[in-house]
Amino acid sequence: MNALPLILTVFVACVVEAVEALTIVLAAGLTREWKSTFQGMGAAIIVLAVVTAAIGPAISFLPLTALRLVIGALLAIFGLQWLRKAVLRATGYKALHDEASAYLREVAAAESATKESRRGVSDWYSFTLAFKGVLLEGLEVVFIVITFGDNQHNIGAAVIGAAAAIVVVTITGIAVKAPLTKVPENWMKFAVGVMLTSFGTFWGAEGAGVAWPGNDAALLVLIPLVALVAAAYIFWLRGRGADRAAPASASESPEVVGS
Amino acid sequence: MNRIKSFGAFWYDFVIGDDWHVAVIVVAGLIVTALLAHVAGIPAWWVLPLCVFGALGWSLHRATASRRS
Repeated sequence: MNALPLILTVFVACVVEAVEALTIVLAAGLTREWKSTFQGMGAAIIVLAVVTAAIGPAISFLPLTALRLVIGALLAIFGLQWLRKAVLRATGYKALHDEASAYLREVAAAESATKESRRGVSDWYSFTLAFKGVLLEGLEVVFIVITFGDNQHNIGAAVIGAAAAIVVVTITGIAVKAPLTKVPENWMKFAVGVMLTSFGTFWGAEGAGVAWPGNDAALLVLIPLVALVAAAYIFWLRGRGADRAAPASASESPEVVGS
Repeated sequence: MNRIKSFGAFWYDFVIGDDWHVAVIVVAGLIVTALLAHVAGIPAWWVLPLCVFGALGWSLHRATASRRS
């Protein structure tokens, strides 16, 4: 497979995660203290690097068939989670992820928290907020980079996509010093959900022993087909007259970091 | 013990998410695909896409049905 679709898929997925991490980091840094926030970010990046260094090479030792089966299943399940949320948000059944309100919630919590020095960190709240935010969003980035990169034997291309996303979002965040509310997150999540589900289905079935008609070219049919089916579900749910329904009920998990 | 529970809960939420039925349907689809391909010798490339579309539809139906009434 050409490296470009791999880079673009990882780039779009990582932009979504980086935007969410940026919102949390800005809330901690602008409201509380930048030094502790950067320490939290740094600690999270070190943990992510350790996780990547441990899992990445370990996975590459698996035989290709087993790798495709396991990673295909994980990607399909993970992608369906994204698609499910994107469809529910597009039809009004779940509240849209709103970076502006997420930022205001984090700021309100940060302003009310007391300042406490611990383990050489002058503001423990800023540290833990930035640490958790970057770690949780970063884990999704690591998962996508490792699964896509390993399966295509092109970790380098996946890393380029992820690094480009993080650089673009960081530079934009520094420039505007505010959460990136203009990013169409739900539609990006829809697109990423389609890609993850399609690749997961393709690799998973290959790992289970299937030969796809047309080999890799089957993806050119599978990706639009997954998008069409998901779009059809949106029309179906809207057709049930639910697009004005109340957002997330108690049965749906609340908006959390990484969702 | 609580830490182990939280660790497990985090990974469950990370991989499985809001609806475990989706994961069960995908895994079942993979098992059926493998059986058809290896035991029956049938070209079973169509099984997993059908399971994936079915899992998404079923999960969306379950998530929205209770809110219609």
